[in-house]
This record gives sequence, structure tokens and C-alpha cells, in this order.
Amino acid sequence: MTEPLQFWMVALLFLPLIGAIAAFVLPRHAPIVGMGVALGVTGAAVGLCWQVQSVGTGTVALGGWGAPLGINLHVDGLSAAMLAMTAGVGAVVSMGAVNTFGGRVARSAETARPRQYFWPLWLLLLTGLNGVYLGTDIFNLYVMIEVIALAAVGLTVLSGSLAALRAGLDYMFASILGALLLLMGVGFVYLQLGRLDFGGLAGADPSGALVAALALMFVGLALKTALFPLHFWLPAAHANATAPASALLSALVVKAALYIIVRLLQHMPAPGEALVVLMGLMGTGAILWGSVQALRADRLKLLVAWSTVTQIGLIFVALAQAGVAGLAHSWKAAAVLILAHGVAKGAMFLAAGRIRAEVGHDRIRDLDRSPVRPALAQLAFAFAAVSLIGLPPSLGFIGKWMVMEGALAAGNWHWVVITMTGTLFSLAYFSRVFAGFLRFDRVEADVPGGVVEQRGRAPMDYAPLALAALGVALGLVAAPILEFLEIGRAGGWP
Amino acid sequence: MTPALIYGLTGIVVFGIGLFGALCVRDRLRRLLALNLCGMGAAFVLVAGAWRMPPDSADPVPHALVITGIVVLVSATAVALALIRRLHTLESAPEEIPEDTPE
Repeated sequence: MTEPLQFWMVALLFLPLIGAIAAFVLPRHAPIVGMGVALGVTGAAVGLCWQVQSVGTGTVALGGWGAPLGINLHVDGLSAAMLAMTAGVGAVVSMGAVNTFGGRVARSAETARPRQYFWPLWLLLLTGLNGVYLGTDIFNLYVMIEVIALAAVGLTVLSGSLAALRAGLDYMFASILGALLLLMGVGFVYLQLGRLDFGGLAGADPSGALVAALALMFVGLALKTALFPLHFWLPAAHANATAPASALLSALVVKAALYIIVRLLQHMPAPGEALVVLMGLMGTGAILWGSVQALRADRLKLLVAWSTVTQIGLIFVALAQAGVAGLAHSWKAAAVLILAHGVAKGAMFLAAGRIRAEVGHDRIRDLDRSPVRPALAQLAFAFAAVSLIGLPPSLGFIGKWMVMEGALAAGNWHWVVITMTGTLFSLAYFSRVFAGFLRFDRVEADVPGGVVEQRGRAPMDYAPLALAALGVALGLVAAPILEFLEIGRAGGWP
Repeated sequence: MTPALIYGLTGIVVFGIGLFGALCVRDRLRRLLALNLCGMGAAFVLVAGAWRMPPDSADPVPHALVITGIVVLVSATAVALALIRRLHTLESAPEEIPEDTPE
């Protein structure tokens, strides 16, 4: 515990865990504990990134037991970037949630339960996410992703409505099945290699059984990250949760399984062209089907949830863009898209929640009839959409650019067509919402003052706006981000 | 055919039966039970894989994986059962609960 780098790593794991217990034991002070821990974790993540930038990678052998028997924590550029994204989005969502779930006195029995349980669940989720990004062996990743799943289901059903409960149960079933497939794959890897840490996987000889194990793990993780056609649980779960919970589920939870897939592709022996092409095809299906459903969605939050399905598809296309040979580079495009989507989607769900709260409903076709226009929330939604559509200079633009560049360099022009089609579709379905924001001729004009522009109040409107603006602005520093992601990739695993 | 292979194949068959149930059964409770069956199948395969010829003792690591897997599955099952119970209560009195509560 002498090095600051190792201190930050352990803090990132144990601060939210202790916070979750404290928030559960002291429900009256839960908002303060939750906000404090979220800010503390952000500070630790910034400290960690600073150390990684200046010192390089770091490893902690918990309890003095190293791999292969013990549990190692390891951080490199990609882990640190994921931790920073999680902490930043988490802190902003917490600010939004202080408004929704804050305050010491519950106003009624209806709101008491969400108020009491949001903070412990969210901090437990944060523990799991940080654990995934710091973990170095696939069994620990399995355990951590289960911690995430249990907390995420809790967040899904927090509102207690019938629709949320149904969606949450479907999510739970999908999650259990995904976990079992993952466990089976992890077991096969152990029976084959006798090791579970990434370092042991990297040196393994490719064999048929190992590819089968990789395929099992891939299907399990695809179920958890909602890759088409295993996405059936996502739209209902994300659309029916309360706004801060939706933001966490969509921006952060699905990223954990995606991150594990990226890591497996980095460390497992090359999986064969068929699996990579299959990933691209499933991603293509997600982009097309998700876009069509987003065009048909009648609720704002449902549209945003379907947009998550398309973005996950895009990330898989990014992984598959250059075939097996290109995997050594294409993970970077996927990582940039993961970061861009996390930031933008967190902002978008918070903004959608604010629009719904101010307007009183979130029916897309009636948005232009509303005399109330929450201007700041709408602006935040638009900024987030800029990054998700992939307009320059946003981080989403950089990610899509890298996908197309890599695909063209490898001669896979079909992935370029898919990416362009997805971009066009996303422009189309977000335009449905913008039209509702910008049209004023259909306002039900029984309000004396005409259109009422809500300026919104800090911090609940400024928080998503700042996050959305960050998603656009991060594209301007894409080169340092890419260099940062590269840290530790040359050295290999301890 | 070694005993390990027989047990392993049995585990895969049990896993398959559970998978079939999880995907095809509509009743929530049965679906949950099918998923538990799936879990048992996976555990069977791993424990069978850990078996060694008698003079050698079995590999303990897969056993540890299975025990952790059981703990995870038990907690997930408990959450799912709580959800099913709550849904059952709500659905038996649907007119009192609004379908779509505002945040």
C-alpha cells in the first residue's frame, strides 16, 4: 500500500462497497453518503488516471496472494478510462438523483421505498463495475458481473410499477441464463488450461475446446449486454425504470459485459474468422432492427432505450470491422465508442427524465403540443444526440471515423455501409424528437403567456447538460485519449 | 467411456433440458426452476471435470467455482422469487395499481 496508484485501486473497490453498506444501514443519511461516495470515487478515478498517465500500469495482489491462486487487481489505460467514465457518469447521475431520491423525509409511502433503496443499490452497482474493470481473472469477472446484475435488477424495479416489475423479471431471467453460460465457459477454460487469469490465457495454445469455451462465454455476455437477437429484455427494462436508474443501466451496466468481451478478445487465442463475422452480423442486426424500432417508438424513453440497442450493435461492428487480423487494433475503436456512448447516453436518459417531469408525459407525438419547453434539458438531449449520431467534433464521431477507416483499410467496405446506414437512421429517429422540441405552431394555446420556456434549476438541469457537452468536447482531445488507452497494451499481463 | 465422461455428458444433457425449459416455458415459476436445473447441469460438468483417477485427489478449484456459482444462483433465485411474488400480488388486484407510475 505504499504506491499511490495501488492506494487508488483499492479505494475504488472498497469505498463504494463500504458506502453501500453505510447507505443501507443509515437510510436517513443515504443521499449524503451516496453523493459523498460518488464524488470520492470520482476523485479516486482522477487520481488513478493521473498515476497511470505518469507511472504506467499497476498491479495489486490482494492479501499478498498473487496469480494464479490469489486475486490480482490490475490497471492499464483501458481499465483506467472505463473507471473514469463510470465515476464521472455516476457522479452526474447521483446529482440528478439527489433531486429525485434526495431529502431526508419521505413525502409518502409510495416514494419512501425508492428513496431508501436507490443509494445502496447504486453504490453496490458501482462496486461491481469497478471490480470488473480492475479484475484480472475471468472467474472474478463472473462474480462481479453477478453483483452488477443483482443491483441492476433492483434499480430496474425501483419504481414498483407493474410494467417495471415485469421488465425487471425478464431482465433477471436473461441475466441468470447469461451468467450460467458464462460460468460454463469459464469452467471449460479452467478444465482446458488449469488457469483463469488473463496472463495464463494469453499464452494458451488455440484449440477447438478453447474456442467452444470462448463461444459459450460470448453468448452469455451477449445476453447480458443485449446484443441482437438477445436484446429482448433491454427496451422494456430501460424504458420503465426511473430516470436516474435508466441512465445508470444504459450508460454503465451494459458496458461491463462489453468490456469483458473486449478483454477476452485481447487475451484469448484468436477466435477464428467465423466468430468475428458473426459478431459483426449480430451487430448489423442490432443496428437495423433497433433503428426501425426507435423510429416506431411512441415514448421518448423507449426511443432512447432502442437507441442503446443500435449503439451496442455498432460497438460489435467496430470489433468485427477488420476481421481476426485487425482485432489488435479494432478494440480501440470499440473502446472509444463505449466511452462515447456511456457519457452521451447517461446525459440523454437524465435529460429525457427531466423533459418528462416538466412536460408531464413523454409521448413523442405530443411534445410539440406542450406549452412547457424545458429548454436546458432539451439542449442537453440535443448535445447527447450529436455524440450518438456521430457528428464532429464529438467522441462518437471519432469512434465512427475509426470504424470506417479501419474497415476501409481492411477492404471490408460492407461494414462502412452498415455504419453509414446506422448513422442515417439515428439522425432520422432523433429528428422525430427535435421536431417536437422545435415546432411551436401546434401548441395548445389556452395558456395566456403562450409558450412557457422552463429554464430549469441547478443542479438537475445543468448536470446532464454538462455531461452531454463533455461527450461532444471529448472528441477534441481524442488523440490523448487514444494514447491513454494504449498504455499497458505493449507490456502484457503480470 | 470413463466415468468422468459419462457424468460430464449427463451434465450437458441436464443443462440442455434446463435451457429448453428456460426458453420455452411461459409460467414464471417453472422458468425459474428450469434455470436452476441449468445451473445444476453446469455444476455437474465442472465437478465431473475435476475428477481424477482414485489415487489422485480431485482438483479443488472447479469445486470452488461450483460453490461460488451455487451462492450466486441462490441469491439470484431469491431475487427472482421476490419479484414473482410481488407481481403475483399486483396482478391479482390490477385496478388499484396504475400501469405507468410517474417518476
